[in-house]
Amino acid sequence: MTEAIGVTGLVKSFGRTQVLNGLDLHVEAGEVHGFLGPNGAGKSTTIRILLGLMRRSGGDVRLLGGDPWSDATALHRRLAYVPGDVTLWPTLTGGEVIDLLGQLRGGLNRRRRDELLDRFDLDPRKKARTYSKGNRQKVALVAALASDAELLILDEPTSGLDPLMEEVFRQVVLEEHRRGGRTVLLSSHILTEVEALCHRLTIIREGRTVETGTLASLRHLTRTTIDAELVGAVNGLGTLPGVHDLRVDDHHVTFDVDTETLEPALRKLIDAGVRSLTSKPPTLEELFLRQYAR
Amino acid sequence: MTGTGTLIRLILRRDRVLLPLWAILVALIPAGYASSFKGLFPTAADLAGYARVSMSSPGFIALYGPLRGDSLGEIVAWRAGFFPVIIGLISLLTVIRHTRTEEEAGRTELIGSGIVGRHAAFAAALITTVGANLVLFAIISVTMIGQGQPVGGSVLLGLSFALSGCVFAALGAVTAQLSGSARTARSIAIVVLGVAFVLRLAGDVDTGVSWLSWVSPIGWVQHVFAYGENDVLPLLLALLLVAGLVVLGSVLVSRRDVGEGLIAARPGPATGTISGPIGLAWRLHRGVLTGWILGFAALGLVFGGVASSIADLAADNSDLAAILRRLGGNSFLVGMIAVLGLIAAAYGVQAALRLRDEEATGHTEAILATPVGRLRWLASHVVFSLLGPAAALLVGGLLCGLTAGGHQLATVLGAAAAQLPAVWVLTALTVLLFGAFPRQASAAWGAVAACFLILMMGAVLGLDQWVLDLSPFTHVGHGLSATPFVTLTAIAAVLATAGTLAFRHRDIPSA
Ligand SMILES: Nc1ncnc2c1ncn2[C@@H]1O[C@H](COP(=O)(O)OP(=O)(O)OP(=O)(O)O)[C@@H](O)[C@H]1O
Ligand SMILES: [Mg+2]
Repeated sequence: MTEAIGVTGLVKSFGRTQVLNGLDLHVEAGEVHGFLGPNGAGKSTTIRILLGLMRRSGGDVRLLGGDPWSDATALHRRLAYVPGDVTLWPTLTGGEVIDLLGQLRGGLNRRRRDELLDRFDLDPRKKARTYSKGNRQKVALVAALASDAELLILDEPTSGLDPLMEEVFRQVVLEEHRRGGRTVLLSSHILTEVEALCHRLTIIREGRTVETGTLASLRHLTRTTIDAELVGAVNGLGTLPGVHDLRVDDHHVTFDVDTETLEPALRKLIDAGVRSLTSKPPTLEELFLRQYAR
Repeated sequence: MTGTGTLIRLILRRDRVLLPLWAILVALIPAGYASSFKGLFPTAADLAGYARVSMSSPGFIALYGPLRGDSLGEIVAWRAGFFPVIIGLISLLTVIRHTRTEEEAGRTELIGSGIVGRHAAFAAALITTVGANLVLFAIISVTMIGQGQPVGGSVLLGLSFALSGCVFAALGAVTAQLSGSARTARSIAIVVLGVAFVLRLAGDVDTGVSWLSWVSPIGWVQHVFAYGENDVLPLLLALLLVAGLVVLGSVLVSRRDVGEGLIAARPGPATGTISGPIGLAWRLHRGVLTGWILGFAALGLVFGGVASSIADLAADNSDLAAILRRLGGNSFLVGMIAVLGLIAAAYGVQAALRLRDEEATGHTEAILATPVGRLRWLASHVVFSLLGPAAALLVGGLLCGLTAGGHQLATVLGAAAAQLPAVWVLTALTVLLFGAFPRQASAAWGAVAACFLILMMGAVLGLDQWVLDLSPFTHVGHGLSATPFVTLTAIAAVLATAGTLAFRHRDIPSA
């Protein structure tokens, strides 16, 4: 597979403050890639560099085989962007904005535009000034999704959408992806959305990539919570390297365990004789909370 | 009204430089006039001579109003006759900036959810602006008394200027309630100010319609005749108007929702036909362009009409002092065209600052993420800021020349065309600021103000020639001539090119 986005060792400083410190981001063509990180981690800044709006201070950036700064206009024919903070021209109607952006990108699919307006339940005749935050967001989404761009760059695209509309967004992205094999870079704070849509994801913190891979491989990084009733006493559990927060209360033990240590830990339990056992699977939430806070 | 105090402190904090700067600067000028008139006209006979010439000069009367006496105080008060317009303009801009602009940016909602009454923003903006005008009042009175002028006249002069500020501050507070957009609120208020000025001008110059100056708040302020008749009645009228506008504004505040205006937005087309960045720029600029062209048309008609009702311009002005010549030669019309040139520069700067507006609101980011290049986007707005003022000047000059009488047309059009490169220099300076120092782009207004001060007051204040030379308008000939035209155009081209280069290499949005 070819690479749609290849960012290696990206550095960006604003004056004296360095915001990106050697960030890596690799997105394969045809995948939906989640881009996560706490507030101020540098997601929007990275995206602006990918769009040639900002100049990198160092590192290597490739976008659809070109250089995002010097080949900006040519590359922009092949992508559509939904900014993190959607603002529209207050005196234009939603329909006018959608058609304007479509026209600038070299035309948009009218049938698809009308279908999307319908599904997102958006009235295109209203002046942008009078749209709510969610409706402004929908205008930008319809404009991007109705284009035939091969790459969609979406910066927190569902912020402000109600749960129903979030669901529509998910369906549309899945359909789009199934139909055309479009590449999507999706920056988001909504974990269920990332879980539902993304094949791979990259987590950044303070301008640095801290984790990248498929959802399954990231799950490996998480801990399982074990709660067991034992027949006898368990020995040596506390000394296993991947066991955390161990509590032993007579014959009752609870602990968290890293995925690699799961097997040896279970052996110890079996040695002591198991009366009952519950295990809670790792949640992405926990993974993120740990990655964000580390 | 709860929370007004907090909001006042917030405004003072945000405007801690701007507010004192304009109030003090403007307030010091009358005393400056007094001391330089003392130098220019040392004896009473000199003063009387100057007053006699000025009283009969339609150009002077148009700009500064009528003059009835020849004491130093009266001449200073008269010569500062354009101040009510400046003070009114700054005051209304300040009030709208702290009411509707804030609300449009969504910050009022943020504050409104705290313990702040619904009239707090309205009251805070008005109180601060009235406060600034009181400072202005105090400084004018004290410095004029310091120049040895009578106390009564000095107090009335300060008071009349401060009240003109208050009238237009209150007007701004009302128009801020009418529309959801600060731009519209500003436009309405500025049009009213312009109409007030033009009514006063027409009433003063053309004695057949002298009642017109009594329809205009600016006319009232001038009919105080400080140091002469010292008439208080017009000030009472102004005070009543302020009270009326404040009541009207506060009623409007309680009648409407946060974020909305009284003029409701109507639904528009479901599909768009805007094509390309230039089509978008046309949509964004056309309203303002139409407004300015209508404004210039009105000014042209008034100036031309006034000129035609004056029998012999040239003869009247043949012995005028150098001061009038600075204003653009010895003809009333050419002087008025110089004023039109400055107004056109204000339009050019306003249109070019749209670039910064678009960037700051995130619109530029959306456009530049499409295949539109930076140069194309920049050009789409620069075209309007260069050609818009040209169109406005052309319309103004044409109507002025036609109403003044056919034989004047060529002169007037030539004079208008001669202003254009100077206008472009200021537009191009704005483009340079936008490209290289985007956060300071609105400093271009400072340049317009400086040119204005130099044109209106440079000669009276006796500024050095090199200071006068800083303004491109100093170099404009009285008619169309090649050297200044080409030189100024070249300077504008260099500035604009430098701005474009800087813009192509910087981050968007800039920090
Ligand atoms: N133009 C700028 N000048 C200076 N600092 C900036 C600029 N733009 C962004 N920053 C800083 O860079 C950091 C990263 O910002 P960025 O907007 O990329 O974060 P983000 O990951 O998108 O956060 P969020 O999840 O809140 O959207 C922040 O600390 C921000 O203050
Ligand atoms: Mg962001």
